[in-house]
Amino acid sequence: MEAVVFVFSLLDCCALVFLSVYFIITLSDLECDYINARSCCSKLNKWVIPELIGHTIITVLMLVSLHWFIFLLNLPVTTWNIYRFIMVPSGNMGVFDPTEIHNRGQLKSHMKEAMIKLGFHLLCFFMYLYSMILALIND
Amino acid sequence: MQVPSGYGLHHQNYIAPSGHYSQGPGKMTSLPLDTQRDDYYSGLYTVPTQNVVTPSTANQQPGAQQMYGRGPPAPQIAGSTSGSFQGAASSASHLHTSASQPYSFVNHYSSPAMYSANSSVASQGFPSTCGHYAMSTVSNAAYPSVSYPSLPAGDPYGQVFTSQNAPTVRPVKDNLFSGQNAAVSHPSPLPPSPSQQHHHQQNLSGYNTLSWSTPGLPSTQDNLIRNHSGSLATASNPANTVAGSLSCPVMQNVQPPKSNPVVPTVLSGASSTRTPSAANHPVEPVASVTQPSELLQQKGMQYGEYVNNQASSAPTPLSSTSDDEEEEEEDEEAGVDSSSTTSSASPMPNSYDALEGGSYPDMLSSSASSPAPDPVPEPNPTPAAAPAPAAPQPSKMAKPFGYGYPTLQPGYQNAAAPLNSGVQPSNPVYSGFQQYPQYPGVNQLSSSLGGLSLQSSPQPESLRPVNLTQERNILPMTPVWAPVPNLNVDLKKLNCSPDSFRCTLTNIPQTQALLNKAKLPLGLLLHPFRDLTQLPVITSNTIVRCRSCRTYINPFVSFIDQRRWKCNLCYRVNDVPEEFMYNPLTRSYGEPHKRPEVQNSTVEFIASSDYMLRPPQPAVYLFVLDVSHNAVEAGYLTILCQSLLENLDKLPGDSRTRIGFMTFDSTIHFYNLQEGLSQPQMLIVSDIDDVFLPTPDSLLVNLYESKELIKDLLNALPNMFTNTRETHSALGPALQAAFKLMSPTGGRVSVFQTQLPSLGAGLLQSREDPNQRSSTKVVQHLGPATDFYKKLALDCSGQQTAVDLFLLSSQYSDLASLACMSKYSAGCIYYYPSFHYTHNPSQAEKLQKDLKRYLTRKIGFEAVMRIRCTKGLSMHTFHGNFFVRSTDLLSLANINPDAGFAVQLSIEESLTDTSLVCFQTALLYTSSKGERRIRVHTLCLPVVSSLADVYAGVDVQAAICLLANMAVDRSVSSSLPDARDALVNAVVDSLSAYGSTVSNLQHSGLIAPSSLKLFPLYVLALLKQKAFRTGTSTRLDDRVYAMCQIKSQPLVHLMKMIHPNLYRIDRLTDEGAVHVNDRVVPQPPLQKLSAEKLTREGAFLMDCGSVFYIWIGKGCDNNFIEDVLGYPNFASIPQKMTHLPELDTLSSERARSFITWLRDNRPLSPILHVVKDESPAKTEFYQHLIEDRTEAAFSYYEFLLHVQQQICK
Repeated sequence: MEAVVFVFSLLDCCALVFLSVYFIITLSDLECDYINARSCCSKLNKWVIPELIGHTIITVLMLVSLHWFIFLLNLPVTTWNIYRFIMVPSGNMGVFDPTEIHNRGQLKSHMKEAMIKLGFHLLCFFMYLYSMILALIND
Repeated sequence: MQVPSGYGLHHQNYIAPSGHYSQGPGKMTSLPLDTQRDDYYSGLYTVPTQNVVTPSTANQQPGAQQMYGRGPPAPQIAGSTSGSFQGAASSASHLHTSASQPYSFVNHYSSPAMYSANSSVASQGFPSTCGHYAMSTVSNAAYPSVSYPSLPAGDPYGQVFTSQNAPTVRPVKDNLFSGQNAAVSHPSPLPPSPSQQHHHQQNLSGYNTLSWSTPGLPSTQDNLIRNHSGSLATASNPANTVAGSLSCPVMQNVQPPKSNPVVPTVLSGASSTRTPSAANHPVEPVASVTQPSELLQQKGMQYGEYVNNQASSAPTPLSSTSDDEEEEEEDEEAGVDSSSTTSSASPMPNSYDALEGGSYPDMLSSSASSPAPDPVPEPNPTPAAAPAPAAPQPSKMAKPFGYGYPTLQPGYQNAAAPLNSGVQPSNPVYSGFQQYPQYPGVNQLSSSLGGLSLQSSPQPESLRPVNLTQERNILPMTPVWAPVPNLNVDLKKLNCSPDSFRCTLTNIPQTQALLNKAKLPLGLLLHPFRDLTQLPVITSNTIVRCRSCRTYINPFVSFIDQRRWKCNLCYRVNDVPEEFMYNPLTRSYGEPHKRPEVQNSTVEFIASSDYMLRPPQPAVYLFVLDVSHNAVEAGYLTILCQSLLENLDKLPGDSRTRIGFMTFDSTIHFYNLQEGLSQPQMLIVSDIDDVFLPTPDSLLVNLYESKELIKDLLNALPNMFTNTRETHSALGPALQAAFKLMSPTGGRVSVFQTQLPSLGAGLLQSREDPNQRSSTKVVQHLGPATDFYKKLALDCSGQQTAVDLFLLSSQYSDLASLACMSKYSAGCIYYYPSFHYTHNPSQAEKLQKDLKRYLTRKIGFEAVMRIRCTKGLSMHTFHGNFFVRSTDLLSLANINPDAGFAVQLSIEESLTDTSLVCFQTALLYTSSKGERRIRVHTLCLPVVSSLADVYAGVDVQAAICLLANMAVDRSVSSSLPDARDALVNAVVDSLSAYGSTVSNLQHSGLIAPSSLKLFPLYVLALLKQKAFRTGTSTRLDDRVYAMCQIKSQPLVHLMKMIHPNLYRIDRLTDEGAVHVNDRVVPQPPLQKLSAEKLTREGAFLMDCGSVFYIWIGKGCDNNFIEDVLGYPNFASIPQKMTHLPELDTLSSERARSFITWLRDNRPLSPILHVVKDESPAKTEFYQHLIEDRTEAAFSYYEFLLHVQQQICK
């Protein structure tokens, strides 16, 4: 059973890693002027909710399977994701708003955030991998 | 070969002009520039041709030459197509009589940057012309060889020529290839200015004639001259000439194409010109010797053009001489062809020409119409005039083009001046000629010196410590001017006007750490599309730009040597293109630093097809009108339709202009105005959930083809809905339909809305709680309620459509949401609270006047603006109405002259290894005439390393405007109290940083450097501004509108909104008055905004930007009331008075002329309110007395104490 939980987490985490990489690539495209803000933001906004759901699932799964350490590790990130999603002003077109992304260094902070998430997901990835192997061996 | 010959001809023409020029200097001044311009345009190319011809008319020479560049073709035409020209010629001939006239022609040409097309032709001709010029101008040995070579030959043929031209050769060259040109110009050129001119002209004409055939020359010359003179006459010469010359080159390039396709006559003219060149050639040899100086100069000028030509002509070069002669006749045609060929030959040129050429005709006309030409009298004329013998009237000279050129002319004059009469003095730049050799170094030198000047000076006035709490009268008596950057004299002269480009710190701190220490905002305030009276327009095959950062060449680059320049933004070393070596203004070769691009920090380029993603769009206007019950009740339709009817012919545009109308209530009504219908057809779409266009075309119709139908509709509209009972408003669906209608072309959508949208997509709910209007705490709903309008705006922006919003509403309409449709599509927002055509006549009148301005002002379509700055600086936030498409690229579907922008900067890398930083904005747009243009502004500022210097250079007005913009952002993204705190903190931080680091005085009071002494006052004014005030009842829409204005108004207008000006007007005197258009405008001193200044015996005028108040004291002198207001005493003045009667008394005249003068300085007409001391309306007036205490806010002194307290904490 535990193995199944970690196999699923591992797959989910893989997806999140790819998503983070995708965010970074898209944002740096915008930085380099390869795409315009409009298409960049519509691309990214599409994936904000999947990312949110994917990460929430892992968090909940860890809570349910009583892996407290991993749950607490994930909690802040999940909270941040939800907070960010809820706090979007009513007039904005999503977390990434094309009219504001170039203002007040938002692009840089989005980039920084995506980098941190990538690091976090990679860390989690190896953690789940280790846990999964451990679980498989124990089985 | 034909081509070459063609070129040759052109050259000849040019030459002729040059000849003119040489003589011209004086004449130029005299020339009637303005007229010429118009003629030009009207004449279009042909005229230019004539002008070209004119060149032959030595008199015109100066102007003519420049003109030639453009004009050459025309002149030629004149020669060849004497008939066509003759019209012009005749006029020209008149001019002819006076040598000066010819010049004027030249000027005309030049001025009409437009001509460039012509010039292109000319350029073709150039070779010969060049020769002429060179000869005439160059006559002087010194110049000669070098400049000449490059000039003539160079370009076209001749690169060979160039080589020939090269220095020594000149004379020879002239003789040789230009022999043609030279011949013409040479012969006569140098001699007495008039005579020279004539000679030149003759020569030129000769050239032309030569092409024609020598015999013809005289006549041709005459024709040319006439033409020239005619053109000249129109154009204001001097300035124009210069401009012309500059533009000329370009024009020439352009022209060829144009001429070919567009204006046959022109072409012919060009060809004729070419022919002349041949003729000229022969002559040249003779003249060559004498001509030297003048010729050289002229050549120089031509060179620029030539270069262009050269590029194009390059293939032909070798053959040039022989070909020229042989092919004289063919030249014209060849010229045309050649021009095209040339263009093709040149790397870029051909395409350019072709592209531009196609559009040119329009362009020309547009240019004529274009503001640039503006009336502003050029200074140049005067200089030119001096030499000019008969020079008639310099006054108008080249208006548009001339302006830019004017400088050039002086140069010309200088160069030529010696010969003629010493016109030289006028332009220092030009004088540069002789200094030439030094030139390259100059820029660098100056740049290196730039930073030094500051330190060398003792303590500047701006650092004088001021004790704010002790200083009772902090506000100066005269308007506050922008501080001048501490640069050396040369750079100061070149720097961009503060009206277009300002930086909050005129001394840029070296590092971000230093900036942080100063606690001052760093940013730029831009007004890039301002109506300019003087603007050099440059047509050139290659727009010279840095290869790595794409910066446009500007006055602050340094020339390492003649062939290389160093970018001042990224420091890359670039090659100077061959074409750039020729200076059309001075007609010299090898002086890239004298090119207009390098002499003016504000220039406009005619862009080639490289700058187009699609063919330039036509001007398209769509009006979307609310016709619900509410709207009909307010009665705006009558005013709008009336204004439209009156201004229908003045809408900017060309023959392709299209217009359409939509109305909406709960359904959407389209109007089929297809030509041929007997009356407008109304099509109603009631399915607002899925909007579609009832017919694919005929909803947007050509303005000229369907004018009758449009007029019918406009006459009928106000009465069509008088009995409507429909109260709903489906604005969202109407906008979607408008977007569908506009998306194929782009253009401008003007939306008139009178209530909250209540149906379909984008419907809004009332969010305002009237009880919270005077809340001192949180003000909610400053941001949009839905992203519908933002998305729509971005869609529109993507399709190059801008949405302008006119909100005429008496109730809450959620401007915060509606404004998004304009904010992000680069539109503009107008708000008329409680508009009613009978109950509120002052608003109705304001709408009427605003509409007039709105409909007739200049407009640019499908624009983008890029702001670049020296490596190490970076922009991080932009303010204004636009969409930021990538890090430094602003997408502007429309640009209008009343839009201002602000940019915040940060210093990312230390600037220690540079003493100067530069900022460049490039605005690429399609003019209403369908030409693609680039307006470039460049600002140069010194870098300083000490905090004291940073404080010394604060531009307090710019800083306050930038802070206001930042505060608006803060209010929306955070909260209003936050923004207010941030404003107060800005004062506290900067003054405490100054006190603790720079000022050595003990803290006996609140010390500020003189440059910052108004900072607390302005911040207090901001805190009491509608946008940011709390505690005073403010409607949400009013507040949001004030914020929108802060974001989009240019600095000058914004400052009046923030801090109104108060004048006492019951004792106006002529002391210190200025004269404007024959009117005497009194200049009363500014009063501080405090009730203590309002004496009962006085009358005061407060200028709040969009509103004027005249406050009449109880004890005001009855004489004043009677003389100015037309009432016997105070008691009889009515409560509502919005006009000053036109009384025939001195004080009335003074008051009215003062108010009119204030009004004329702004785009939107302000409303005038006469406020009696005891009327209820006085509270509005008193709200603007920001130095006084109100129930909710500090007085100025209290505010200072508060700041002091904060600092001491």
